[in-house]
Formats: sequence, structure tokens, C-alpha cells
Amino acid sequence: MDAEAAQMIGAGLAAIGAGIAAGGVGNVFSSFLQGALRNPAAADSQQGRLFIGFAAVELLGLLAFVIAMILIFVA
Amino acid sequence: MAGESGKIDPMYQFKIEPLFGSDHWEIAGHNVMFTNSSLFMVLVLGALWLFMAGGMKRDMVPGRWQMAVEGATGFINDMLTANVGPEGKKYVPLVFSLFMFILMANFMGMMPFGIVPGVHPFTITSHLTVTAVLALFSFGTVLVVGFWKHGLHFFSLFVPHGTPWWLLWLIPVIELFSFMIRPFSLALRLFVAMTAGHIMMKVLAGFVINGLNAEAAWVPLIVSFPAFLLMIGITLLELLVCAIQAYVFALLTSLYINDAVNLH
Repeated sequence: MDAEAAQMIGAGLAAIGAGIAAGGVGNVFSSFLQGALRNPAAADSQQGRLFIGFAAVELLGLLAFVIAMILIFVA
Repeated sequence: MAGESGKIDPMYQFKIEPLFGSDHWEIAGHNVMFTNSSLFMVLVLGALWLFMAGGMKRDMVPGRWQMAVEGATGFINDMLTANVGPEGKKYVPLVFSLFMFILMANFMGMMPFGIVPGVHPFTITSHLTVTAVLALFSFGTVLVVGFWKHGLHFFSLFVPHGTPWWLLWLIPVIELFSFMIRPFSLALRLFVAMTAGHIMMKVLAGFVINGLNAEAAWVPLIVSFPAFLLMIGITLLELLVCAIQAYVFALLTSLYINDAVNLH
């Protein structure tokens, strides 16, 4: 396999990481919603933590995208 | 078919083009021409200045505009009070400036300037150099405040309370690593979120345009129309991401300032 084809396949494989991170983001918000519906009074005070978790999960998905971009345009 | 088979280049929107100035404008060997990035920074600054100037009236009964400005400052004020405590009030100007600049820059990149031929919007936060400087503001503040307030005691940040003695060789290393990676994660998150969203929008726009130009008559209906509908949804999602990224940047900055002020 020549190097360019391997790069493209690698970039495509990096999309798996982005997809799994999408599941992670969904998990963050669904867990928050479950907790919030059980105790709505406490929901607003936890919004900051919701977004911290969201940011952490999202960063990992974005890193997968960075790897794809590096493979396509830089490497 | 219109001209050459138009493969639309989704990376073209990130190109930095000099608008005016010459190659001789140099500072320490680096060219400082006025580029489209500079232009949009000036536009963001102008929009921000207009927004603030219109609302800083200190009326007893605030009008709509003053309410909008007070809502924005109050939002950052609440965030810092909740995360840092009463000492957080000192950092409201810094975090507010970062938040509003990023928010305005993100939104300015979404503005439909493209309807004027030859003009296209430029998202200044889609460049790692810009977001890295913003992240350095946040990280530098943490370092300066931490060492200013606590001196060398600031290094106790790397040894959380209740660390068992037999883990003392491992925990500081992990804490140091997670501390040093902060500016990178801040810069990278904003830069990639903006870049990825804009590439996706341009790729979808390419579907619409190329579908309309196709020879077969069924292509516009089958390809262009659904892609256009999808684009409307993606655009709304992008506007949400613009706001969320600015919020996350401000939130993480306030958390890091909390570490520097209160030494968890």
C-alpha cells in the first residue's frame, strides 16, 4: 500500500474517534438530564460541572479530528 | 455544467490574505501587513465597543440595551463568584474581555458577508495562533496570580490534600502534566471546534452548489435540496457551538483562576 492511501485510511479511521466522542457527549447530557429530572432543584447549580464534563469529552473527539487533519494536510 | 468541474475547496476560507500594506512593514523580521484576520479583529473590536458603549449608561431604570450589557457582565460576575468566591470579582474584567471577544469573533465568522461578491467572512478564532495567545492570557494570569499570592507555596497545587505518602512519587507528576496541558487544551478546543464546523458547512455548501450545476435534472432535487435543509440545521448548531465554546473558555479560565487563588 502506498503512503498516501495509508494516510487517507488513517484519516478515515480517526473518524471513529469522533463518533465515539459523540456518544460520550450524549452520555454526559443524558446523565445530567436524568439527575436533573430526579432533583430539579439541584439542577441549576450543577450546570458548570455539566459543561466541564462536556468540554473534556468534546476535546477528545476534537483531537481525533486534529489527527485526521494532520494526516491529510501535514503528514 | 458551469465551467470546470467545481471542486469546492473547504480550506480556502481559512486563508490569510494581505489587504493593504507592503512587504516592508516588518517588526524583527516578521511581516506585519494588514490582513483579513486583522480586519476582522478590528470589526470584532468595533462591534464590542459599540455594544458596550450603547449600554454603559448607568440609568436607574435600565433600557433594553443596558439590560443586555448588564446581563452579559452579570453572567460572568455570577460565574466567577460561584467558582472562585468573593475574591473572584477582581478577575471579572479579564474573563469578560476573553468571553466577549471570543463570542463576537465566533459570531463574526458566521455572518453572511458572502452575499457581497468577492467578500467572505473570516473566523479569527479558527487559527491556532490566535487561540493560543488567548489561552496564554488565561494561563499566564494563573501563573502570575498563583506565584504572586502564594509564592513558592503555589507548588502545593501539585500535591492534593489527602495524598497517601506512598503515592507521592506519582501524583505530582500527573498533576504537573494536567497543569501544563491546560493552555494547549484551551487553545486546541476553540481552534478545532471552529475549524471543524466551518469545514463541514463549506462541504455541505459544495454539495448544494455542485448539485445545482449538475447536468442530470434529478440531482438538484435529490442532492441539493436535502443538503440545503441539512445546512440550515448545521448552521443553527454552529451558532450554538460558537456560544458554547466561548462559555467553556470563560468557565475553564475561571476554574483555573480558582486553583491559583484558593490552591485546592
